[in-house]
Amino acid sequence: MLADDLRGMFYIALKDLRAYYFKPPNISWGIMFPFAFVLAFAIRNPGETRELVPGLLGLTILFGTSSMEAIVIVFEQRIGSLERLMLAPISLAALLGGKMLGGMFFGLTVTGVVLAVTLAVFGAFGVNWLLLILVLLLAAAAFSALGAFVSVSVREVFEAQTLANFIRFPMMFLGGVFVPVAAMPLSLQVVARLLPLTYAVEALRAALNGGSWGAAWMDVAVLAGFAVVLFALAVRVLGRHTN
Amino acid sequence: MNDVIQANGLTKIYPAGKDRLPLRAVDRIDFTVHQGEVFGFLGPNGAGKTTTIRMLTGLTHPTSGSAHILDFNLLRDVTRIKKHIGVVPEASNLYDELTAFDNLVFSMQLYGVPRQERKACAEALLERFRLGEKRDVPFAKLSRGMKRALTVAAALAHQPPLIFLDEPTTGLDVMNARNLRQMIAGMSDEGVTVFLTTHYLEEAERLCDRIAVIVKGCIVALDTVDGLKAGSQDKTIVEMTLADSNGRQGRKRFECNDGVESTIQRALAEANGQRVLAVNTLRPSLEDVFVQLTGLSSEVMLMEKGGKGGSNAGG
Repeated sequence: MLADDLRGMFYIALKDLRAYYFKPPNISWGIMFPFAFVLAFAIRNPGETRELVPGLLGLTILFGTSSMEAIVIVFEQRIGSLERLMLAPISLAALLGGKMLGGMFFGLTVTGVVLAVTLAVFGAFGVNWLLLILVLLLAAAAFSALGAFVSVSVREVFEAQTLANFIRFPMMFLGGVFVPVAAMPLSLQVVARLLPLTYAVEALRAALNGGSWGAAWMDVAVLAGFAVVLFALAVRVLGRHTN
Repeated sequence: MNDVIQANGLTKIYPAGKDRLPLRAVDRIDFTVHQGEVFGFLGPNGAGKTTTIRMLTGLTHPTSGSAHILDFNLLRDVTRIKKHIGVVPEASNLYDELTAFDNLVFSMQLYGVPRQERKACAEALLERFRLGEKRDVPFAKLSRGMKRALTVAAALAHQPPLIFLDEPTTGLDVMNARNLRQMIAGMSDEGVTVFLTTHYLEEAERLCDRIAVIVKGCIVALDTVDGLKAGSQDKTIVEMTLADSNGRQGRKRFECNDGVESTIQRALAEANGQRVLAVNTLRPSLEDVFVQLTGLSSEVMLMEKGGKGGSNAGG
């Protein structure tokens, strides 16, 4: 059974990447959108550009993983092809795991490109690589699970886009990308602590600045928690479709 | 004879929603499907055909009752059951972006067909379903008939011993429907058990070894085609062909409730001066049996389907 599930996850992810993700509009959107936002902010505050790199990476992985994933499941549900996957001899968790894996791989690929460009510009001195890789993986898992949860919670593609943006856009401005969380009013700081992007950006900042594991352990743990809880909720909601 | 499906008291009740009352879609149905047969599941729209298929294939949990499929318990071993069945839903639902070949390979990947067998098996299926020339064409660009054929091929990709076909020929033109029916007959010849729902009574009559008729969630008849007709043998029908003064022809049918001779006399009396071209006695068709059981005619069934494709039962 486990072998069937793992095989199913792998091939669902592969199929999604071929069918939906690696298309020119997605690739350009995944890279251009975060760059455009950060560039706009950098022009306004030219001295602080390097400080924006963790936020840029956080935004890239947020949009790279969740943009397509938030609509793929509901799209396949609309055209009936999700039913093919539900008829396959794999668990619902494996089905959603495959969907998440596709989103994670695409998000990490796009983020890898953005990371390479920023390190080429600002240098890679002092980066805690192991921590960076772990944080990127966990952030990709958390945001991908968020996309999956959004997608299984709605019935129409436009609803998925609306709900995803309703969650992501506030996160973009409150997640410490442009303004450090500590500099926000207390009420907004409370809201920021409920958002996975906040922990992703803080952990990325620690990893890029050569921070120790101790400095980022809580962010890492919270990101893992977001990934597990959102994934479990998505599986539960999808399971209701069979009742 | 082995039974590949045993359904016992299978029931599905959809709970009340915002704008609807609770719906008893399937109501304590019992039936068995024998190995290697084509089992027809007929009924008007909303009778519970698709809900039954969804329960038997693990897409919907039964509210109560049980079923064994290929000796696996539906309530406990649904993943094992899924490994051994193929399902063709009412709408062709492969992936638009993938080619015909890639869609088949993806189906095999999901079901664990060994890597070294996939290519040859996909090529063979494409040839068998006359899609060899469309190997590298995306699913989105295939004609409706080809999409349907490829959807059936994908359901067979892992060589399941049991296949569920939900309205497989709906919407197809006569030629494509005929090809698909030949393929279904071919599957049965190869020992695959086929569970078939259809709105086309002639199709069911031609293909099915046994037929269950479901009305409002309950099975009201289950027998061979001949067995179902035998139940109506006393209902011989007199068909009279008439022509009016302009030469326009029409037919009238009369049930023989009081003997053939007196029915013919009654028919002739109702000719109302029109020219009688022919008077024939007919044995009841499956359609007559169906009308008797459901109160619906096949035309009404097709109209319920929105007239999709009209009657394609020829050929």
